[in-house]
Amino acid sequence: MTLARRILPCLDVREGRVVKGTRFRDHRDMGDIVELAQRYAASGADELVFYDITASPEGRGVDVGWVERVARAIDIPFCVAGGIRSVETARAVLHAGADKVSVNTPATQRPELVGELAEAFGVQCVVVGVDSLRDEDGHWRIRQFTGNPDATRALEVTTLDWVRRVVDLGAGEVVLNCMGSDGVREGYDLEQLAAVREVCPVPLVASGGAGATQHFIDVFAEADVDGALAATVFHDGSIPIPSLKQSLAAAGIEVRA
Amino acid sequence: MRVALVDGGGTNIGSVSYALERLGATSRLTADPADILAADRVILPGVGAAGAGMRRLRELGLVDVLGQVQAPLLGVCLGMQLLFERSAEDGGVATLGLVPGEVVGIPASAQVRVPHMGWNSLTGIVDDPLLTGIEEGERAYFVHSYAAPTGPHTLASTDHGGSWSAVVRSGLRWGAQFHPERSSSLGARLLRNFLVEVDR
Repeated sequence: MTLARRILPCLDVREGRVVKGTRFRDHRDMGDIVELAQRYAASGADELVFYDITASPEGRGVDVGWVERVARAIDIPFCVAGGIRSVETARAVLHAGADKVSVNTPATQRPELVGELAEAFGVQCVVVGVDSLRDEDGHWRIRQFTGNPDATRALEVTTLDWVRRVVDLGAGEVVLNCMGSDGVREGYDLEQLAAVREVCPVPLVASGGAGATQHFIDVFAEADVDGALAATVFHDGSIPIPSLKQSLAAAGIEVRA
Repeated sequence: MRVALVDGGGTNIGSVSYALERLGATSRLTADPADILAADRVILPGVGAAGAGMRRLRELGLVDVLGQVQAPLLGVCLGMQLLFERSAEDGGVATLGLVPGEVVGIPASAQVRVPHMGWNSLTGIVDDPLLTGIEEGERAYFVHSYAAPTGPHTLASTDHGGSWSAVVRSGLRWGAQFHPERSSSLGARLLRNFLVEVDR
């Protein structure tokens, strides 16, 4: 037996509540953050990711009150994304009880941030989220400000170069969000994930595109990722985590029962 | 019962105290030698690097104090690594020397990603009060880049490109490389055992 592949439900948080929107707009209240976190922990989620959607686009930091409430309530690890732009905000979130912080746009604006976080807290706390899309010339490139569709910008750096760079700077884990497959529910972008896997020596988490159990089997078997993140299929109950884990185990993929 | 949580500056201190809270135990976050020496249980948490961790303990004057603790002591993650004699992290650091052995970097390869991050199984479990009720093959949450090779002090091991100590013991000093505070029911069991099953 070896290390299990991880299943990571992602919850969008707005003002301390879990919300779900369609493509970043029209957010619908999904319920109390602690209640949902406990439900996922009890159902066998391996780790939770909370994305504070209010924090980043509005230039605000994360309200650590809910982070502490979650930390008190659950006994599995969790990561906080959104709104972390400095060692100070990261420290507040980690001291409130988060196990990891994830940085995305702020790392594209100031890559040294990744090294500063690794230096202050160790690489195991530092996740870099990468939003990536294939351009017409066939190269994948990263996007910033993806929290707001009107502000989203494409950058020059290719996704593969960016992943190499953030790992060198001290990222302990990379979450690759494949924007082309995100929200479509037709499967993870296996080609892109496999290409990033080649250049990523630290744990890699796939994000964007999960719609069916087979998609999780495929992403572990074919792209060799360490974790798979999804939101909608878990929130709407279409893929219960216990049965997903059973299907993965039956397909020969190492999971935590 | 007085549980002292040594304030060594690690970021998982909150999580450890919450995990104790969920077991109905209260702990006291402290860097005061008198508090630590008067406690019935001492927990040394810690996330981060060995160099900074030792520097902080030295600044607080806690290096000798931790050696004087007579009550059961539990090091968690970096806290466990600091119990050993030496760590290869940060170019090589002399650590507390309370458990014989050294901590080395986990060699990465295409199949072995470092940090070792996620739920891995405990194997080779030795009969010990700290591990009461914990079964062979159960999984705990690990996140670390350095580790202690298995040896005579290993109570449970885990495999990640080699066999590593997951739980160690020397006398009344125990260490868990994984995070019991984030290891679901297994972690709760280990912490409960530390409070209840492990006696002076």
